[in-house]
Amino acid sequence: MKKLLVLSTALSGLGFAASAQEIAVMSWGGAYATSQIEAYHKPFTAETGITVVNVDADNPAAPIKAQVEAGNVTVDVVDLEYADAVRLCDEGLLEVLDPAILAPGADGTPAMDDFLPGAVTDCYVATIVFSTLYAFDESKFPTDPPTTIADFFDTAKYPGKRGMRKGAKVNLEMALMADGVPADEVYGILETPEGVDRAFAKLSTIKNDMIWWEAGAQPPQLLADGEVAMTTGYNGRFFAAAVTEGKPFKQVFDGQVYEYDGYAIPKGAPNMEAAKQFLTYATTTQALADQAKWIAYGPARHSSGPLVGLFMDGKTEMGPFMPTAAENLTNALPSSYEFWVDRDTELNERFNAWLASN
Amino acid sequence: MADMSAPAGGLLTTSDGRPLKSALATAQKRAKRRAFLLVLPLLAFIVITFIVPIGQLMHQAIYNDGFSANMPRMTAWFAETPPGTEPDDAAWEALALDLKDAAAARSVGVVGTRVNYEMSGTRSLFTSTARGAARFEPPYRDALLAADEKWADPNLWGTMRQVSDAYSANFFLAAIDMTRDVNGKIVPMPEERQIYVSLFVKTFLLAGLITFTCFLLGFPIAHLLATLPMKWSNLLMILVLLPFWTSLLVRTTSWMVLLQQQGVVNNTMVALGIISEDGRIQMIYNQMGTIIAMTHILLPFMILPLYSVMRPIPPSYVRAARSLGATSWTAFRRVYLPQTLPGVGAGSLLVFILAVGYYITPALVGGASGQLISNLIAFHMQSSLNWSLASALAALLLGAVLVLYWIYDRLVGIDNLKLG
Amino acid sequence: MSLPVYASPLERVWYYTRLVICALIFLFLIAPILIVIPLSFNAEPYFTFTEKMLAFDPTGYSLRWYDLLLTQPSVPTDVPRDAAWWSLVWQNSAWVNAAKNSVIIGFFSTIVATVLGTIAALGLSRPEMPNRRLIMAILISPMIVPIIITATGLFFFYSSPCALLNWTGLAQHCGRLTGSYLGVVLAHATLGIPFVIITVTATLIGFDQSLNRAAASLGAPPTTTFFKVTMPLILPGVISGALFAFVTSFDEVVVVLFVAAHDQQTIPRQMWNGIREQISPAILSVATILVVISIGMLATLEILRRRSERLRGVTPH
Repeated sequence: MKKLLVLSTALSGLGFAASAQEIAVMSWGGAYATSQIEAYHKPFTAETGITVVNVDADNPAAPIKAQVEAGNVTVDVVDLEYADAVRLCDEGLLEVLDPAILAPGADGTPAMDDFLPGAVTDCYVATIVFSTLYAFDESKFPTDPPTTIADFFDTAKYPGKRGMRKGAKVNLEMALMADGVPADEVYGILETPEGVDRAFAKLSTIKNDMIWWEAGAQPPQLLADGEVAMTTGYNGRFFAAAVTEGKPFKQVFDGQVYEYDGYAIPKGAPNMEAAKQFLTYATTTQALADQAKWIAYGPARHSSGPLVGLFMDGKTEMGPFMPTAAENLTNALPSSYEFWVDRDTELNERFNAWLASN
Repeated sequence: MADMSAPAGGLLTTSDGRPLKSALATAQKRAKRRAFLLVLPLLAFIVITFIVPIGQLMHQAIYNDGFSANMPRMTAWFAETPPGTEPDDAAWEALALDLKDAAAARSVGVVGTRVNYEMSGTRSLFTSTARGAARFEPPYRDALLAADEKWADPNLWGTMRQVSDAYSANFFLAAIDMTRDVNGKIVPMPEERQIYVSLFVKTFLLAGLITFTCFLLGFPIAHLLATLPMKWSNLLMILVLLPFWTSLLVRTTSWMVLLQQQGVVNNTMVALGIISEDGRIQMIYNQMGTIIAMTHILLPFMILPLYSVMRPIPPSYVRAARSLGATSWTAFRRVYLPQTLPGVGAGSLLVFILAVGYYITPALVGGASGQLISNLIAFHMQSSLNWSLASALAALLLGAVLVLYWIYDRLVGIDNLKLG
Repeated sequence: MSLPVYASPLERVWYYTRLVICALIFLFLIAPILIVIPLSFNAEPYFTFTEKMLAFDPTGYSLRWYDLLLTQPSVPTDVPRDAAWWSLVWQNSAWVNAAKNSVIIGFFSTIVATVLGTIAALGLSRPEMPNRRLIMAILISPMIVPIIITATGLFFFYSSPCALLNWTGLAQHCGRLTGSYLGVVLAHATLGIPFVIITVTATLIGFDQSLNRAAASLGAPPTTTFFKVTMPLILPGVISGALFAFVTSFDEVVVVLFVAAHDQQTIPRQMWNGIREQISPAILSVATILVVISIGMLATLEILRRRSERLRGVTPH
């Protein structure tokens, strides 16, 4: 045992030697993490000297819940979808934030008026509006390309494998919309058991053609590798692959499901003060506008809007790629956190049983 | 039996006059103790860093205080009343006050989740009711029923009574697709929620299939290596050992590169005209991917034990059989094959044991259909966070593996495990 | 295994068929490992051989993926590669950091596993060892128990290592081992121990105990006997056990996934991320480096085996 003590002392000494002030931010990986590193992490480090470590997760909500419940919190700031943030906050797993730490808009508007409606909650500050939609490889469908969410489910007309996120959220909504339900009636129908059955029935029609993805970086990769003909995914990732890597990906905004994504601090974060400092920094008007240079997500502040211009390549206009652009909203569904906060567990359970059955 | 140490002339003694028998026994005991002391540090290490954590995991499979720790009044009420008691005013009050406290402590999600494990669709009942719980006034029954009529459901009360005991075998029941009905009787899960038994069966079938393909591929190689001159077999052995020493993730990556639709194998087949551009075969992200990659990864574990049994078999036996008129097939089947059986048993058991618990490869190349039980344990650990169910599944898997391990020890002996 | 002269034509056909089958199986074994090597030099971000590569056009090959290993995620690429740049690489490259972690964790866990394992193997191979079979079964079990079970068990145990002592009131709070180097080292040592036990006891089977007695009768104290007589003879077994233990740690990802934090990212952990998300050829260049390392390990092991056989006077059978 003495040997182990010596060893542990030696090792912890090693750890101390390496660590200046450092915080860990857990996010979704891929192009999205890159946009955060460029727009938030690097300038934050330059200004404060605090190193920011990016940690990737498929969906940070699960590991954060596990970390807090097991008393193992190693992450200081976490990037969450809106419904997950509300749920984790309800369960007491997130630090309650004082809105006073948020900076006023660059034009002087008080923070709470500057953020989009609902973007700041007890434990959470939204940074972006993102959308889940589907994209296809243009070279696979040169004539009469798919244009509606129903086309995604039409494997007779558009043959080929499909990709969808392994989980209930968004998939059920899209299935109903593809089944002819107008966007504003989706959640009303999904609240009934028959509605859920209907959504699963629609998903079952393409179950055998499906490849399930888990990490947000996978869909563009699946498309690029030709593993699928079309796949759902996050609009910013498709945009990044199409514009920066020149991939022939075409996004279909019909039937898109959009929502907030943003930052929270897990309860018991090891570097609480630095985490709050980061949160304040990353949600300023300028930081949010800067992020939009790197990925096609709309900033969650009014004052950031006018500052969004060209993509970092200096020639691509971001406007038409934003989920909230008027022409993209003709048949779009704002994700309902009220619906998902309470039903996430049950519907995912049902989804997994459905997935495992043949 | 005659006592050899005591000849007719009396007891043999050591030079200092002690009886030899007892001196020997003391020495023997000392030697035993010394041997054991050498092993002790490692044994203690393994017990602390391995056996205890696994024991703790097993405990978690039967213990979950999600309800009892956060709903103290309800737990007390259930403890005081016999099963089947209709909820009285005290019960409604306990429920309302517990919900109020749980909402304030932000623990109602935990409670709802615990009940939801037993009765699907109830988590939202708890969380949504708790949101208004601060405003509840007596009579609490009316207040709760006004919030949601589902609170009157006797099934719900039966379920809450079950989960009010932190110790429960229900997670093991869930792990074999069973549940308890409202009276506590064990009944099968509703059909659309039965997944674990079939997954266990699938895991064992796939592990069996992989063991079989390993045997099919491993036997000729081991036979070739065993019958070649040493110089050559040592050289070819490197081809077996290199995969064995190469990182698992490297080998899995290689298979992804080879098997994907735009991968080397499909491209080669398209270039050779075996399949058309549109007819590319889906070989990965399904069961086939799992089987191919795992066969490759586990093949050395089959070849090495086979080889070590085959090498000492003298070739003269088969020659003798031939000279007595057996065809080469008969000689192989009746003379050679029986002698290799210990190796076949050792290799197959080892491969099967390792395959049953495999995680990484199915997770990376298995897609939805190529997942094994380990992957579901990981899923419940990391995504659904139903840790008690994960522990129960782990306990069942561990039980199966330990039985196989015991058989292996009986038949082969752990001492005979060889590496390279 | 040459073809006997009395072989019938059918047997001749079967003989050659068998050779072809064996060749195919060898191809199955080795091709997946070798295929990554040329592909890691691909100039294009694809996983297949481009036409330029097949034509051996030098422009079809490049070192860009190896370069990426040094620069990901935040090392500038457009500056001169001087000492300052290399020091940036040493500090900031995710892969270099992962390599450092892998080596540190591998080194310490190997030491723990080898020391404890060798001592225990000495005890286990004494004929008077009580309950040998049961203890051996326990010590080998980390190799047999599915890794996911070990990892989840450690996840809970490490979250509050003293939870079991709580009821005694002795230890209320003694920190945690998750997200620490020590936790990963202990876990990897546990996983490496069976290999040390197996290789060292195998060496000791051929060990002539009378050598120890001879040394003792000549007046050597036990420690001298151990270092002068036993150790040199079992050293090859100890080294190959240590190599196995190191490789086990170096290749392990599941425990790291469950109990390590971002500080302890190892090479396999980093690969796991890469494979799950985007298998750029950068993964293949790491894979190539690892293949080269495993070839080196294998060569070392082979040399040791020969040396051991020579020393112990065992001729190859």
